[in-house]
Amino acid sequence: MKLRPFRLFVLILSLFIPAALVAVILFLVIYSGQAIVFNGLHFITNVNWNLGDLYDDPVVVRGIQVPAGAAYGVLAFIVGTLATSALAILIAVPLSIGTAIFLCEAVPEIERATWRYFPWLPPLRQALAMLVELVAVVPSVVFGLWGVAVLIPFLGHYVSPTGNGYGLLAASIVLALMITPIIASTLYDALSQVPKENRESAFALGSTHFEVVTKAMLPMVRTTLIGGIVLALGRALGETMAVLMVSGGGINILPTSLFSPISTIASFIVSQLDSAETDPTNMAVRALSEIALVLFLITLAVNAGAKLLSSGALNVRKPQ
Amino acid sequence: MSASLSNPPVRGLALRRSVTSAVGWIACGIGLALVIFPLLDIVGVVTLNGLAAINWNLFTKDTGGPALGMANAIEGTFIITIFAMAIAVPIGVGAGIYLSEYGKNRLGSTIRFLSDVLTGTPAVVLGYFSYIVFIISFGWGFSLAAAAITIAILIVPYLARISELALTQVPNTMREAAFALGGTDTTVVFKVVLPAASSGVITGALLALAISVGETAPLIYTAGWSDYAWNGQFTHAPIAYLTYVIWTFINQPDAHSHSLAYAAAFLVMMVVLTINIGVRLMVRRG
Repeated sequence: MKLRPFRLFVLILSLFIPAALVAVILFLVIYSGQAIVFNGLHFITNVNWNLGDLYDDPVVVRGIQVPAGAAYGVLAFIVGTLATSALAILIAVPLSIGTAIFLCEAVPEIERATWRYFPWLPPLRQALAMLVELVAVVPSVVFGLWGVAVLIPFLGHYVSPTGNGYGLLAASIVLALMITPIIASTLYDALSQVPKENRESAFALGSTHFEVVTKAMLPMVRTTLIGGIVLALGRALGETMAVLMVSGGGINILPTSLFSPISTIASFIVSQLDSAETDPTNMAVRALSEIALVLFLITLAVNAGAKLLSSGALNVRKPQ
Repeated sequence: MSASLSNPPVRGLALRRSVTSAVGWIACGIGLALVIFPLLDIVGVVTLNGLAAINWNLFTKDTGGPALGMANAIEGTFIITIFAMAIAVPIGVGAGIYLSEYGKNRLGSTIRFLSDVLTGTPAVVLGYFSYIVFIISFGWGFSLAAAAITIAILIVPYLARISELALTQVPNTMREAAFALGGTDTTVVFKVVLPAASSGVITGALLALAISVGETAPLIYTAGWSDYAWNGQFTHAPIAYLTYVIWTFINQPDAHSHSLAYAAAFLVMMVVLTINIGVRLMVRRG
């Protein structure tokens, strides 16, 4: 076979992607090895995260050097991650369904020509759809800033019984805003692909416009909708900065109310940088590596699920 | 007579249906408003406070001095982004070329799938990976090199998939014509296919640029923070960046720090939104 140097060259470039992914998994696993041995199952069943006495001599447990009294339990952060994401999905799903239906069916298709003074603007429906998409590109940290400056005072003043807005609810609201565009644009695309015949038959049976949408069109795109929700869940689980800034940073307690201070896995990793660096045995860094691995595996499972759902689900054209 | 008997319930049903529809439409409209209003509020709040904080010192003085400045952070974000793009664009576009031109096989779909997995990996996990590899194992310390490589890993999969998408839209007849004229692999790709798909590839690069300017989480564990301008070293020298100013300075008690945070947020948001709006308007037109 003829040697094709250019093809080989671009193949090597593209192999950087799997190589990076393998390196991420490999280094996280290797680095967290000692932590996995030391923590065992307590890692995910224990609520207590304690770096131990960093100034005393380290003790040796199961052949591993750890600071005296150290315990690494991350149950609270796993619960925090799942609770914020679940609540965010709960808020985001109705918002996105409403948004997608309204954009697709209620907003009139005003043509570009009608924007007399702004000929560069896209048609009205596309312009609004673009605004919704733009919500998804606002950097996480800017969302966090808005959360601290606007949402937290609002929640503290009008909603929270204690007057403190930080916590589970604030984190979930910010997350919900960040993931709504993902679900909404998936659903918007699917709804606009529903064949004309199906809409027209529903109208011919005497349905109101709203019934056409909810009873004839929505059931056809159900699987796509679920795929979009799972995709959004994957994004919500790993979201860091906005959550870190509004969640109150609760550690070692399980949330009991909507205003409990919480930490998610992602926000906890960031908040622990300084304390982990002071550990002379490096055990804290290893335990953080283990928790990063857990987060990676959770998002991997969720994203794989989304991919499976969407690969079999994009055929809106076959109703039955 | 039978009609008069059956009419009232039918009329009641029709009324209920139209009321349900009206309520449904209103609820959907409220949904849209609840999505768009926060966006407008974010843009409004950040712009008002950011513009109020903009002055010449921001661009000339460092955060380390007594004057209100963040020249070090602006410069740092600029440098990190340039180096990240310099690493990621050749790899990403090269991978896109492979996937679109030669990747219609099992290896190609595997790379595509793994690229999507990498896209779905939380940025903070990538940052922590870089921390244990570059900062701890290689002993680089918080540094430009670690930061730029981390951001590059983050944006390469986007670049690869967007370039692939742009390249596959070039009609096959163009490739066949070029090969028939005696073109080699290199001339066909660089003289025919890439120029034809250039707008799509540039779109991808701009979106990647927007991502790297707006990221925070992967930099916290790699870039560190420095109150002064970059000293020209790739390793063993932490570097400042704009998004750090946003998340730490807003939590300081004094108004000066707050105005710096808003100014930084304003600059970052302007870059990200301008690129995204511009790209979308261009794509719609073209």
